[in-house]
Amino acid sequence: MKAKIHVYLKPGVLDPQGTAVANSLKTLGFEEVTGARQGKLIELDLSSVDAEEASERVKAMCDKLLTNPVIENYDIELSA
Amino acid sequence: MKTAVIVFPGSNCDRDAAEALRMVTGHAPAMIWHQETSLPDGLDLAVIPGGFSYGDYLRSGAIAARSPITRDLVKRAEDGMPVLGVCNGFQILIETGLLPGALMRNAGLLFVCERTPLQIENTNSRFTRSYGETREVTIPVAHHDGNYFADNETLDRLEGEGQVAFRYLNNPNGSIRDIAGITNAKGNVLGMMPHPERAVDPVHGGTDGLGVFESLLGGTA
Repeated sequence: MKAKIHVYLKPGVLDPQGTAVANSLKTLGFEEVTGARQGKLIELDLSSVDAEEASERVKAMCDKLLTNPVIENYDIELSA
Repeated sequence: MKTAVIVFPGSNCDRDAAEALRMVTGHAPAMIWHQETSLPDGLDLAVIPGGFSYGDYLRSGAIAARSPITRDLVKRAEDGMPVLGVCNGFQILIETGLLPGALMRNAGLLFVCERTPLQIENTNSRFTRSYGETREVTIPVAHHDGNYFADNETLDRLEGEGQVAFRYLNNPNGSIRDIAGITNAKGNVLGMMPHPERAVDPVHGGTDGLGVFESLLGGTA
């Protein structure tokens, strides 16, 4: 089983890297870009068999280590 | 006074911190590798030095904060033992939950390395009391992730309770409310981005950092 964890900054938290990316895209002529937020993607390989249990465990991993709840939110995507 | 410096893979200010402690206390600190599970008995101060523990993987300080030694460090800190975290040490203290907030990428995206004028906000703290009447000091910073952030409620509480120890007079990294260093509610844990151990000898170009270490001795130099 695989888990994909998308980690992104909470709304309201300044994202200077995202702002730099948006500005750079505009410089390249992509004027339609009005904002950018940069996050990260963490992929886990799991030996789990039960999806529900895996989901609980991955959530615990996110809360204990993978994300910082002060500034980040996350989504978990499980696949076989 | 019995002191210790905790060393992680990637720490690079551990020897500077040790030298500052030796100068001020007259004794070399114990150097504690992060795989140890307990700090020495009767310890009066633990310093978490600057550097790039675990290469800043995941988030600065995140992996170090889950090292074997950290459990005992957190317990001792909760029991009232003084803990000083500098730069990466501040990031680690935040990741352990001993201090609130987060340290994000500098607003200007660049690594900043400069001598920084600071305002001492709380002159009664265990870490600043030896500064006496001095309100402004210059201490170097060197970091990429020093942009302090917390929600407004937390910030108001930190300010209201005198937990903001140092503020930047010329904010180099975008820190909210110019915060450069904070203490926990009990006042026995200080995290700061500037490096006091890099300003303890005239050859460093200044000795304004000495006060942090001398304060911990209980003196009023």
